[in-house]
Amino acid sequence: MSETSQAQPDYNYKVVRQFTIMTIVWGIIGMGLGVFIAAQLFAPMLNFDTPWLTFSRLRPLHTNAVIFAFGGCALFATSYYIVQRTSQVRLFSDKLAAFTFWGWQAVIVLAIVSLPLGLTSTKEYAELEWPIDILIALVWIAYIINFFGTLVIRKVSHIYVANWFLGAFMLTVAVLHIGNSMAIPVSFTKSYSLYAGAVDAMMQWWYGHNAVGFFLTAGFLGMMYYFVPKQAGRPVYSYRLSIVHFWALISLYIWAGPHHLHYTALPDWTQSLGMVMSIILFVPSWGGMINGIMTLSGAWHKLRTDPVLRFLIVSLSFYGMSTFEGPMMAIKTVNALSHYTDWTIGHVHSGALGWVAMVSIGSIYHLIPVLFNQRAMYSTKLVNVHFWLATIGVVLYIVAMWMSGVLQGLMWRAVNADGTLTYSFVESLEASKPFYVVRFIGGCFVVTGMLVMAYNTWKTVRAPKGSIAADPATQPA
Amino acid sequence: MSMFWTIWISVITLGLIIGCYFLLRWCLSNQTGVPEGESMGHEFDGIEELNNQLPRWWTIMFYMTIVWGFIYLALYPGLGAYEGILGWKSSNQNIQSLEESVQARIDAKEQGKLVEYDRELDFAAEKFDPIFAAYAKVPVEELAQDPEANKVGQRLFLQNCSQCHGSDARGQNGGFPNLTDNDWLYGGSGAKIVETLTLGRQAAMPAWIDTLGEQGIEEVVNYVLSLSGRDVDPQLADAGKARFAVCAACHGVDGKGNQALGAPNLTDNIWLYGGSHKAVTETLTYGRNGVMPSFKNTLGEDKIHVVAAYVYSLSNDK
Repeated sequence: MSETSQAQPDYNYKVVRQFTIMTIVWGIIGMGLGVFIAAQLFAPMLNFDTPWLTFSRLRPLHTNAVIFAFGGCALFATSYYIVQRTSQVRLFSDKLAAFTFWGWQAVIVLAIVSLPLGLTSTKEYAELEWPIDILIALVWIAYIINFFGTLVIRKVSHIYVANWFLGAFMLTVAVLHIGNSMAIPVSFTKSYSLYAGAVDAMMQWWYGHNAVGFFLTAGFLGMMYYFVPKQAGRPVYSYRLSIVHFWALISLYIWAGPHHLHYTALPDWTQSLGMVMSIILFVPSWGGMINGIMTLSGAWHKLRTDPVLRFLIVSLSFYGMSTFEGPMMAIKTVNALSHYTDWTIGHVHSGALGWVAMVSIGSIYHLIPVLFNQRAMYSTKLVNVHFWLATIGVVLYIVAMWMSGVLQGLMWRAVNADGTLTYSFVESLEASKPFYVVRFIGGCFVVTGMLVMAYNTWKTVRAPKGSIAADPATQPA
Repeated sequence: MSMFWTIWISVITLGLIIGCYFLLRWCLSNQTGVPEGESMGHEFDGIEELNNQLPRWWTIMFYMTIVWGFIYLALYPGLGAYEGILGWKSSNQNIQSLEESVQARIDAKEQGKLVEYDRELDFAAEKFDPIFAAYAKVPVEELAQDPEANKVGQRLFLQNCSQCHGSDARGQNGGFPNLTDNDWLYGGSGAKIVETLTLGRQAAMPAWIDTLGEQGIEEVVNYVLSLSGRDVDPQLADAGKARFAVCAACHGVDGKGNQALGAPNLTDNIWLYGGSHKAVTETLTYGRNGVMPSFKNTLGEDKIHVVAAYVYSLSNDK
């Protein structure tokens, strides 16, 4: 690290370290849960006739754990790191930082208790009941104050592009969470949505799609804009591209929710707007991918030797793939085939595992040596092993779900000469079974990779300070 | 939708898309004061940014999606109450009842509107209705002998009936009768099955806890179980027999049921809600209100006829 020779402000790395370690812990738990419920889909006896082990209760726990526990901790860790380093100043408030860490962990623990108990508001990705929602809002506001407070006291004249994305992610998620979670409590553990009917559905998917758009995209693009140029040791490809794709992305994403409600009771005009904006959104989404991948110009050779960079660049490829797939699935005629099938699950996981998880993992491999005063991870070889486990796992997963999804879509719409449906639902389920096994195997690969990461991190953290020699292959600029 | 909302929606929609266009134009021209391809001169924790031009193919794609967006919003509904040049609708979205739906279909046809759902229904009616009309001419009992018709009936059954009665039509506990055992609640003739499917059924077994009390229920349960030849406490059963008069009103003095009321036969050891001592006690204590929905509107007469034939074949085939 060449900059360490410069006089550095006394950064708050404690909160970054805490969130980084918890990212790995929650990643293993959340993905492990995913593998368990994936197994239930072809071996239903695995719920052991126990209510809190059933798919219906563990599925929301899985989604909450991977999005908000794993993804959330990764975002907290990296945003606190990035905003300090690119503003050349310590965090605005150490107390608020500690509050966000312990508050967020409390939210996750409450989720782990309440969701298996069957306490749910039934809103997808927002299942937690109202007292937890209030805690989330408080933590989030503290996070916003701390992040923007740090930007206000920054020591550099401009605000770096990564911080634009992180700031947009935080502000929008606050609006989405508070707007969608509005509910009337009837008891400490039960509330009913303030909205009814099609309006409730619209609010739900305004939130749901922008949990993807802002939490899982804008936030992680912020991560990408710091760690890709840093790990590659190259300048960002195009400043102007970052301006146009940032503004277009954040203004278009917020419209895309209705594409989850094609051919429903939602008015036609709303469906059309959702579809049009989703399709235009494809181009600014790719702007981010181009800017990330082209940052490697002149450093392509590093991909051969640096598995951390490989994680980051492959994540951008998956990002590009899923942001092409998403707008395509938002087209009504395509949606008529893909909706309610496993294709959607495949699409989500190519984004969640391919993009979100891989860019987080790459960033964390960059972060850990810095945070724990080492010059490299304990084993670069194990990072490489993790890379291949993750890549093979993701590919197995999404290919299985594509095949299963298209098969389901075709079976559901097949009709006989007399106009009756050719297949009953259970027949399509039977046809999907082999793909569920393949998906499970893919998931096992991914979780095994996370365990390798945990071991590698353990060895790095436990090693005496500065004892691990820099690996020339992975040396960041 | 009022004019205000139409204008509101149109302004922010078109404003956003046009805004994207101008943003793109602005970034294409180099306004940074830095020569193309050079560093912007800021540095953040060692990261610099280059002032490279936007990729040409990407810019063209952006233009294309913007133009496509305008074309789509001109052709299809999107800008508030504006219906679009094609006059396309997914369905008659404002209707609230079946009668309104029928009327809306007629109106849309008269006005030459492109309602996708209506068109699909018309297409299906034109293509498939004659097949079912031909089947409907054959009496149910006779149609049940036709293997082709039974295949069609089975498919309809799997999609409309199997959710409650099971894929094999053997029913399930909780009030969903087995349709293969020739034990009929409302009658098993072709005409009766058609009637059940067309109008639906609403069973009404009252709760007896207030009238009989716990002891009374225990006695009646013993008696009812004895009718199916089960081992019971003879003393309690005798006491129950005396109380059975209130039950006999529907189930008959001999307990053999009454198909006119849908009152089950209690002597055949076939149980709709389970035949354990506990289940029968629950039935008597709280009552049962099984519902078979009407399929008149969803399937229509001709398809009901074919499903009825299939159901008839299940217990009369062998």
